[in-house]
Amino acid sequence: MQQQTGPIVVPSIAPVERRAAAIEAALEAQGWQAGEHVAEATRRAEEEWVPANGARLVAKAWTDPAFRRRLFADGLAAAAELGFTLPKHHRHLVFLENTPAVHNVICCTLCSCTAFTIIGLPPDWYKDLEYRSRVVRESRTVLKEMGLVLPPDVEIRVWDTTADTRYVVVPLRPAGTEGWSEERLAAIVTRDSMIGVARL
Amino acid sequence: MDGIHDLGGRQGFGPVRHVPDAPAFHAEWEKRINALYGLAVRRGLFNMDEYRHAIERMEPRHYLTASYYERTLTSLATLCVEKGVVTREELEAIAGGAFPLALPAAPGRSNRDGRPKLAIGDAVRVRVEHVPGHVRLPAYIRGKRGVVVGVSPPYPFPDAHAHGVAADDEPTYDVRFVSTELWPDAAEAALVHVGVFESYLEHAS
Repeated sequence: MQQQTGPIVVPSIAPVERRAAAIEAALEAQGWQAGEHVAEATRRAEEEWVPANGARLVAKAWTDPAFRRRLFADGLAAAAELGFTLPKHHRHLVFLENTPAVHNVICCTLCSCTAFTIIGLPPDWYKDLEYRSRVVRESRTVLKEMGLVLPPDVEIRVWDTTADTRYVVVPLRPAGTEGWSEERLAAIVTRDSMIGVARL
Repeated sequence: MDGIHDLGGRQGFGPVRHVPDAPAFHAEWEKRINALYGLAVRRGLFNMDEYRHAIERMEPRHYLTASYYERTLTSLATLCVEKGVVTREELEAIAGGAFPLALPAAPGRSNRDGRPKLAIGDAVRVRVEHVPGHVRLPAYIRGKRGVVVGVSPPYPFPDAHAHGVAADDEPTYDVRFVSTELWPDAAEAALVHVGVFESYLEHAS
């Protein structure tokens, strides 16, 4: 046998799509029926886990004072009243009340955790290095860069999702919406406002 | 571990690339990988702490340049290889090229003996510990003082759960810190809340 004398050749990294297909094929070979599961999981991610869920909870909290109290006392139970649940391993859901003097904003510096069944899967920017590194230390500047200029006397409260408790911001109800129906109110509540990077 | 994933307070990053109504997925493979890792958790191949730790164990250059779903893919593949579902060589043969995986894990640890039972309003200090395995303690609160503002139900202890080490479930405490104490003279004023496992905390006088 001839010994190899040339340089060590490092194989080039397979494109990410090919790597994804490879792991799927490996799991299929184990009898996982992955394809079937992908269709169902994708449908849930795109149709069931949507920000409209959180928006309904927020709108109800704006119009129903008793529900508002229950929402802040036990978020999981209040969400269940409208049929919304978290994955089993998340046992605690905390709604954070914005007031004229207090503004809440959520993040996950260690990974990208969210209450995704309530506010939808997180957007790219939430998972990016920039938001995760900066929002805990320069919250006012980050919010300003994202288009939210808070008055200087508003206290900012940042919530870093480092454990399995999940947080949802309840934004301030905008002026001029008196007498609106819950449905009409829910339509103006955005994902960004429930993360806390926007006001309505 | 003091890994590259522990980003809170790191400086030098630019503006957030904020896109209103950004879609969750950008490509078909992302949807498939998101579904497959969920299926693996449901089937008990691995738990969420093992999943997170396999992302943290990615080689830092790879971690920083990979998209979110590439990190998911790398964690899923790493755990499938480590648990004997498939070999790296098999994956590379199907993919037609190199398949970078996360680096091996250090040992885990169980709960701390004599950890404090805390209540809302208690003043606490975060213990100064450097943990080689998985830990859900962001470095920016290490050694810092805060106040408990919330208590969660008990959860599996991540430092153990990510490594197959036996441990009791323990609650996490929402602890309120003052940003200007976390980064003295080098942060904008804010209250920063972190979900902290009981084993990481002690009473502060």
